[in-house]
Amino acid sequence: MVNKNYQLDEIDKSLINQYQGGIPICQNPYALMGEELGIGEKDVIERIENLLTQGILSRAGPMYNPEYLGGSLSLAAMIVPDDIYDTIASKVNAYPEISQNYQRQHILNMWFVIACDDKTSTKEVIEKIETETGLKIYNMPKIREYFVGLYLKV
Amino acid sequence: MALDDINHQILTVMENGLDICHNPYAKIAKAVNIDEKILLQRLQKMLDDGILKRMGIVVRHHELGYNANAMIVWDIPDDMIENIATSIAVEGFITLCYQRPRQLPDWPYNLFCMIHGSKRDEVILQKDDMIKRLGLDNINHQILFSTRRLKQTGAKYGK
Repeated sequence: MVNKNYQLDEIDKSLINQYQGGIPICQNPYALMGEELGIGEKDVIERIENLLTQGILSRAGPMYNPEYLGGSLSLAAMIVPDDIYDTIASKVNAYPEISQNYQRQHILNMWFVIACDDKTSTKEVIEKIETETGLKIYNMPKIREYFVGLYLKV
Repeated sequence: MALDDINHQILTVMENGLDICHNPYAKIAKAVNIDEKILLQRLQKMLDDGILKRMGIVVRHHELGYNANAMIVWDIPDDMIENIATSIAVEGFITLCYQRPRQLPDWPYNLFCMIHGSKRDEVILQKDDMIKRLGLDNINHQILFSTRRLKQTGAKYGK
């Protein structure tokens, strides 16, 4: 799905750098972006669609705290033995509530984000995964947010 | 802050993202059955109020060369966490900074921050320099680099 060899041109880079922080909220946002980038609306639309297809972008749309919709978000980790690591990763990833999962260098070596809507709870997902894998989950929901400004210049 | 029914519907309709077309917001307004102008005002208000973090495009950082993705965790005395977290959060290279519960006895760390860099040694230098400047030498910390991305979906939610 993801094209790791895809080469961004200068306009792609400007588009990503300028609009990661926000697509304009107006009737024709891509036309406005085009004006600012010096290209046409159609070109903006094609570029974003292409970047999504290439897997450079994972999404375009609103970013918000799911708690506002009755959902929840948590960070969790497990200690997974090396010999069963990939099997456990597949089992964990199979849950639609797992939005991200990373292997990290630590005894706690699998770290994932559990994003629930209002129909499921973090607790239920954790219990299911613990039962299925036989491993303990360390659940670390946010207590306080000091900063979120993930902005990656290309 | 609670969402009223219309804002709740707007976010629900937008869960799968914003269409890439000539008038993407008109489509949402139609689905929620409100005037497009009202929708635009409501979205702007939700942004101003911090309900919406942004109407953004989300990059997959590995594909852009951000391969040194480090989680730095700190064991900070509870009465000092606010001061220290605030000073760490304003460092330019910190991309996320959250207080989370300790998991004693296995995991004593209560502040989590991220640095997304392209090289590990650069990230370590940034971290060490920050420790020196902010006087954090006595705070127990660990740096956990990611070694493999196992899943990154076009998540419905912000992070």
